[in-house]
Amino acid sequence: MATKIKRFILYIALIVLSLACLLPFWLMIVNSTRSGVEITHSFSFLPGHSLRDNWIVLFDYVNLFRGFFNSIKVAVPATLLTAYFSAITAYAMAMYEWKGNSLLFKVIVVFMMIPAQLSLIGFYNLCQKLRLIDSYVPLIVPAIAAPGIVFFLRQYVKSTLSKALLEAARIDGASEIHTFHKIVLPIMAPGIATMSIGAFIGNWNSYLMPLILLNTPNKMTLPVMISTLNAATDLQKNQGAIYLGVAISVVPIMIVFAFCSRYIISSISAGSVKE
Amino acid sequence: MKAISMKSVMKNRNNAAYLFVLPFVIVFLIFSVYPVFRTLYLSFTDYKGYGDPVLVGLENYKRVVGDKFFWRSLYNTVKMWGLNIVLQLGLAFLLTIVFSDIKYKLAGLPVFRALYYLPNLIAATSVAFLFKTLLDWKYGTFNQILLATGIVDQQVNWLGQRSTAWAVVSVIQAWMWFGNSFIMLMAGVQGIPQDYFEAAAIDGAGRWKTFGKITLPLLRPILLYVAVTSLIGGLQLFDLPFLINGVAGASTAGEPGGTLQTVVMYMYKFGFETHQVGFASAIAYTLFIIILIVSVLEFKFIGGKED
Repeated sequence: MATKIKRFILYIALIVLSLACLLPFWLMIVNSTRSGVEITHSFSFLPGHSLRDNWIVLFDYVNLFRGFFNSIKVAVPATLLTAYFSAITAYAMAMYEWKGNSLLFKVIVVFMMIPAQLSLIGFYNLCQKLRLIDSYVPLIVPAIAAPGIVFFLRQYVKSTLSKALLEAARIDGASEIHTFHKIVLPIMAPGIATMSIGAFIGNWNSYLMPLILLNTPNKMTLPVMISTLNAATDLQKNQGAIYLGVAISVVPIMIVFAFCSRYIISSISAGSVKE
Repeated sequence: MKAISMKSVMKNRNNAAYLFVLPFVIVFLIFSVYPVFRTLYLSFTDYKGYGDPVLVGLENYKRVVGDKFFWRSLYNTVKMWGLNIVLQLGLAFLLTIVFSDIKYKLAGLPVFRALYYLPNLIAATSVAFLFKTLLDWKYGTFNQILLATGIVDQQVNWLGQRSTAWAVVSVIQAWMWFGNSFIMLMAGVQGIPQDYFEAAAIDGAGRWKTFGKITLPLLRPILLYVAVTSLIGGLQLFDLPFLINGVAGASTAGEPGGTLQTVVMYMYKFGFETHQVGFASAIAYTLFIIILIVSVLEFKFIGGKED
């Protein structure tokens, strides 16, 4: 009996904590449908009728769909590059014997531990020299080299691929790259998907890199555009429009999460599985 | 075909590996390795963002060590990270204990796990704006709720006063990250053979004893991983404090009273606003050395003896 009551209390506590995670987002959605005056006077947990007005005020100031589109232009190719080149690199490291393999592995582990800010200034300086400022190239191309993802996929290849299977393909006369594309890639697909979702969210949410690299307002990605919202006095007067802007940036990620939460959570768990 | 020896076949195959890793290696050298060393080089120069860098030896590092604003930003960063990590790991541990308890057998782990993780998915920029608006001094929804429920009798200026602003950032950080830590710790617990817990239960070990004697020691590697990654991330804190109290790029970032100014914000200021690039690079490397030292300490204290 005591266990039952305790269990009940625990469930209540867990639900309260869930609400603490959801409430700010719910208030965001509610407030994005209320007028600035309503918001400053009182709070409400139920939506209002000013979504249209807020939308007009917001898009008068900034075209968020532009940022949305820009973010897609950066995040999708970057994620695809990360997925493909991490997979092929991991495969070569796990399944072939070659000179430098263990050195590369060590370097990768070291670079996983190096904080990103350490390279920030050098990276910017490099882009200046290569005349890549205000271009999407430095936001996309470096995605080819993702040490952390190579690290995890290497483990994944080792645990899912058998050398016997590869031998069979080779006896059939398939070339090495053909074997990778037709046999290895499909087997690695679940691992690649898991890592790609994490990579995509990272790219989508990235703020500091596009902030320093892009100059033209029309090229800004969504997070950078969002960060300019409170520069507008019109918007400061109408909090509803600010909430709406934030909601537009948040809702797509929430939808992706609703469908892929299992993959996302297993990608985090993967981080805790030691070698 | 038969004439080709086995050895040369193997060699040809392994040559394919070089081709496979080549794109990674090239891009890695250019965009990851080079910038790290370039920053190091610039930290010994007077580079201003244009012209040729002139070597100045350890000048920049001397300036960093003697700069009280650098130390203040380090203090702010550590303070915000410290409260955050205590809350984040504390909550994650509590949840792990509750969900791994074989007596309660709580259901719904996948749902709760997903809900707790949700805040971590959202861009820090959006989180900053959301809370900046919700916590607004005069008109914020949060203060309205507190007033209506009688918890406070006048609006609290959460982000405008020195005493609360840093703590607010810490709590938001913990809110964003506890789900992540919980998932990792829980994955670790699920990797522990169930027999251990059952044996402990048969031996009459209580909940806390089971946790202290079985769960915690076996979770050590994961705990170490969480602690090190959280340290590396936490000492690089930027987006949230940078945006929560000001217009991007304006001098209000870091207010009130500079209590929200983190080391990376300080580096950003010199590297990208006032163009003292050499000095900013030295800040980056000084922070790196500090992170390195603390990581080694973490390995020592949490890692224990490798067995």
